Amino acid sequence: MTKFVDLHLCAPFRDAEQLRRMVTKSFELGYRLVGIPLPPNLEVDKVEQLRKICSEAALDFVSRVDLTPKNTRELLASLRRLRRKFEVVSVFCISKPIARQAAKDRRVDLLSFPVAKPRNRFFDSAEAELASESLASLEIDMAPLLSLEGYLRIRLISSIRREVAIAKSFRVPVVISSGTTSDFLLRRPRDYSALAMLFDMDPSLAFSALSEIPLSIVERNRLKLSPDFVAPGLRVVRRRDP
Amino acid sequence: MIRRVKQRYFALKIESAESFEEGDVRDAVWSAVIQLFGQYGASQAGLFLVEYDKGKKQAVLRCAQRALSMVHASVVSVTKMKDEPATIHVLRISGTLRALRKKR
Repeated sequence: MTKFVDLHLCAPFRDAEQLRRMVTKSFELGYRLVGIPLPPNLEVDKVEQLRKICSEAALDFVSRVDLTPKNTRELLASLRRLRRKFEVVSVFCISKPIARQAAKDRRVDLLSFPVAKPRNRFFDSAEAELASESLASLEIDMAPLLSLEGYLRIRLISSIRREVAIAKSFRVPVVISSGTTSDFLLRRPRDYSALAMLFDMDPSLAFSALSEIPLSIVERNRLKLSPDFVAPGLRVVRRRDP
Repeated sequence: MIRRVKQRYFALKIESAESFEEGDVRDAVWSAVIQLFGQYGASQAGLFLVEYDKGKKQAVLRCAQRALSMVHASVVSVTKMKDEPATIHVLRISGTLRALRKKR
């Protein structure tokens, strides 16, 4: 059975009731793994509490951090500090230098771009080429597609269509996430794949953007964060008894 | 020879704190199709609200098979009905009403 993943469920982690509602709804809609963005300095016991709430709803919890650096130096410092603390690292690219640096850094999992300003979506062919050589994927949040109206939505669909075409030609993986703070904007994976036709994405590609690709990111990072990991392709299989 | 137009049936679940009339659901779906695909797209959709259960907040919608993905995308893009927050979830899609009811 396909395991669907929502790597960007913006559930309010301070409001336990709303969080529980959104997590339960995610499970009902068919997701089995959710990534919740957390602040970098969140206490460990809070994270464990979130993990517990998710496991009560039979969901696998993925810790995620959304970095919004002001410049490349700040980005590198944040990556150095936080990479080993979170399972998924996403960079919100507000300028071209940040987007370029994030695309070529192997510690970055997801690249996301501003919704309201199409001119500030820097995912062009140069960006895609850098991303294809590293491990970064392009993240598309579906909530703005549902909440925006009129001209803003038209411009957003057009930008995403162009980006998906570029990502496809450079073989950059695309991840579809909900990106919602409200349970009203949550949809089933099949519904998201239907919405993906708006930006000319094949249903099969949309399904893998909702399942295989995010799952492989999480598995890859969990392997790296495990104490048995030594280097890519090398891990501790057995330890000598003390 | 004119070929028979193949149909598809959607089983829908409306999620909202409010309860709506059949006309509200029909209007919401039509305006979603028109917003996303325009009047030309809507003219190809062959939309028809077959039934609506106000109590269960469930509906059956029919559309032309060739407009299936268009109608699916439009239906799930509904966020409001009569200015109240509402969501439509697609429960099932089937080629015949009988199969749809069996699956439900």
